[in-house]
Amino acid sequence: MSNSFLQVRRRFADYLATFVAAGLSAIVVGALVAIFAYLVIKGAGSVNWAFLTNVPKPVGEIGGGMANAIVGSAILLAIGSAIGIPFGIGAGIYLAEYGHNRLGSLVRFTADVLNGVPSIVIGLVAYGLVVAKQRHFSAFSGGVALAIMMVPIVARTTEEMLLLVPQAVREAAFGLGIPQWRTTVSVTLATARAGILTGIMLAFARIAGETAPLMFTAFGNAFWSFSPNQPIAALPLQIYTYALSPYDDWHRQAWAAALILVALIVGTISVVRYLFGRSVLREVS
Amino acid sequence: MAGARERRIPDEERASHIADLKPSKNMSTPESPGISLVNTAQKAPSWTRSFFTLDVGFHGLMLGAALTVLAVVGLILSELLQRSALAWQKFGFHFFATSAWDPVSGDFGALPFIFGTVVSSIVALVIAVPLAISVAVFVTEMCPKPLRKPISFATELLAAIPSVIYGLWAMFILIPILRVNVAPLLAKYLGWTGLFAGPMYGYSMLAAGVVMAIMIIPIISSITREVLAVVPQHQREAALALGATRWEMIRIGVLKNARAGIIGAIILGLGRALGETIAVTLVIGNTPQIAKSLFAPGYTMASVIANEFNEASDTLYVSALIEIGLVLFIVTVVVNILAQLLVWTATRGAPAGSNV
Amino acid sequence: MATAVEVRDLKAWFGKTEALHGINMAVEQNHATAVIGPSGCGKSTFIRCLNRMHETNPVARAEGDVKVGDMDIYSMPAVEVRRKIGMVFQKPNPFPSMSIYDNVAAGLKLNGTRNHKDLDQVVERSLQQAALWDEVKDTLKKKSGASLSGGQQQRLCIARALAVNPEVMLMDEPCSALDPISTAKIEDLIFELKQRLTIVIVTHNMQQASRVAEFTGFFLMGNLVEFDRTEKIFTNPSDKRTEDYITGRFG
Repeated sequence: MSNSFLQVRRRFADYLATFVAAGLSAIVVGALVAIFAYLVIKGAGSVNWAFLTNVPKPVGEIGGGMANAIVGSAILLAIGSAIGIPFGIGAGIYLAEYGHNRLGSLVRFTADVLNGVPSIVIGLVAYGLVVAKQRHFSAFSGGVALAIMMVPIVARTTEEMLLLVPQAVREAAFGLGIPQWRTTVSVTLATARAGILTGIMLAFARIAGETAPLMFTAFGNAFWSFSPNQPIAALPLQIYTYALSPYDDWHRQAWAAALILVALIVGTISVVRYLFGRSVLREVS
Repeated sequence: MAGARERRIPDEERASHIADLKPSKNMSTPESPGISLVNTAQKAPSWTRSFFTLDVGFHGLMLGAALTVLAVVGLILSELLQRSALAWQKFGFHFFATSAWDPVSGDFGALPFIFGTVVSSIVALVIAVPLAISVAVFVTEMCPKPLRKPISFATELLAAIPSVIYGLWAMFILIPILRVNVAPLLAKYLGWTGLFAGPMYGYSMLAAGVVMAIMIIPIISSITREVLAVVPQHQREAALALGATRWEMIRIGVLKNARAGIIGAIILGLGRALGETIAVTLVIGNTPQIAKSLFAPGYTMASVIANEFNEASDTLYVSALIEIGLVLFIVTVVVNILAQLLVWTATRGAPAGSNV
Repeated sequence: MATAVEVRDLKAWFGKTEALHGINMAVEQNHATAVIGPSGCGKSTFIRCLNRMHETNPVARAEGDVKVGDMDIYSMPAVEVRRKIGMVFQKPNPFPSMSIYDNVAAGLKLNGTRNHKDLDQVVERSLQQAALWDEVKDTLKKKSGASLSGGQQQRLCIARALAVNPEVMLMDEPCSALDPISTAKIEDLIFELKQRLTIVIVTHNMQQASRVAEFTGFFLMGNLVEFDRTEKIFTNPSDKRTEDYITGRFG
């Protein structure tokens, strides 16, 4: 039975498989490195004080910046969080503490569905709900769009973190005569607060980079704006507009903004992962 | 939980920081080891009704928050249906079969966008699936332990990069490379397929497919990794005990078992690709046409909305765009549900069905 | 009487912990050898060393001499060792995504057998040897390996292992997850299989050891305390520790 050639072929196939898998993995990691490298190469030089503190200047004038977009993004995140986080945490509490029934399953399922809705569709809906009725673009409508996107993320991570709290902790509280609602608020939530905060931070990281939902709501603004009733600039939106423009200076600024945005997002995620260890990104991405 | 309503120690007598519950050091009776009542000497006042309503009120509040999730999806559907009604009444099913897109004369047909979405997603999957599954298999089954965390972290970072940044990078870095280095090779060796014909100006279906591929690799890879990790160790041992090499063990002991879940992961990636907007809009060329060559520019459903919604002047135009949004919504939701079902059966249900 | 497997000074580690301290044993050909001992004594580790499954654990390693016939298992590829030494596990582990037929044929296909007639023959023969043929012959390709009952699944695993024609069959507590009737069927099987190959069976059930095995080795804390004919071990053990275990004083 001379099958030694077969055995050699089997061993070769084994090596080849490992080689191919390693190679393709290297390509994927390489893509990441390529993207980051170019962000730094193209953007680092343009991130300067002027960029961070000035508003956009007309084309041809030097020294334009994206300060209003940075602040605008922060304001939009604030509005979005103010609306989205309470509903998200509330829904998460419901799912974890009261939701072991058909309604809970429906809500859970719907939250996952909502997670997968393209952000441009959410932008359309926020347009219909707010912009069309108010007849103008506004930071508020942008916040609403972002809130809609935050709710399912925050709800699911809150639920997960609350479910991790051992039943014994709740029972200890009940045994002391503490009512259900107070247990949930002061005991269970408090125990899970680190994880819940993580979920919120990850929701931020995901939302901060969204452009599509802001296109028909916040709309963008070339000037300072702090009012929720006016259109407002946002970092991703500005990058988009500048990228589409034919001006080299604006392209340069787009790279700088991209670098800042990525640094903030990756920084947040790295901190979260370092502190919390496991990967929660799946629920977010 | 009924016990919680019977006795209540009023706030003044309770220990000050309920949140930092610690069992008292002494007082471990045989009946309740470890937990003791604080201030057992004082009598609790008579039972009041107030916290009962608070319990119900709290439950109601949380229920309300949960119901908003349902309400939001309901609102999405109602908004999309309402505002697309005009276009639906005017064009009916023809909307999905015609290629016209003429805002001036009011003639709208969504076929080029459907085509563009489908083709760009397929190109993305063709590129992404081998890469994503290789990474998942490599990290789970093959690579040395110290490499695991860095590679999986790198893959997760890819998921964190916003779409607009992918678009920016693709516009200024990827497209020149595709145009100058890759396209000539593709045209030379694979031109006979008809897929790589004609001039390549860069903004093309191919560019959109490539950037989409990079964007969906992380989700396919991470779900695949989860699905592979759930395959029980005894399956790997069964294969090894038969004299399988490591690759053969992966093939028959792991991948075969994870088949359904991997397909679910791929479909989830598809769901992501379908809804991808910004990166695609920046590189696909935004031309409503149906062309065989991947070098030609195209247009996707998400892109046309992003590009033209703010300029759409008359209500029919807007309605047509929103109808496209409705289609996008329905298709993405259906695809995602299907994918999640597959992944759920693979990771939590019984391992690959009992009747072949 | 010939020696099927000769073990000399076998040591095994999990990381820094030494799990086996120099085992010496000669396993008789065409006989069944039982390996008994309390939990954690190293009996599973021992037989997993014999087909080099022990080292599939990334922190595990082994040293020593193990010869099957005149082959030193540490000087040949592990893949080849496992073709000559088959294994059946504690929990039946048929491949659920494959049919009964494909399960049995799995090892053969890996080794290059493609001819359908050859495969059919070997599958039938192996299922006969595992006393499963009559029960499954009509649904060979239609039912999945996991759709059988526990006892049937284990016999399927035995058939799968037999299909590649090993010289030695290692069994790691094969009946501990099964009901008494299935257990009895498999013990009958062992009796039949002994004629064709050598069996080493780990068991925590002393009655089983005395039923199926001619030789028994008693392990304790990583050492082979006593190795002798089964009757002697159970009726007149030489070592007091063996006696204590047999009489139920511990383990």
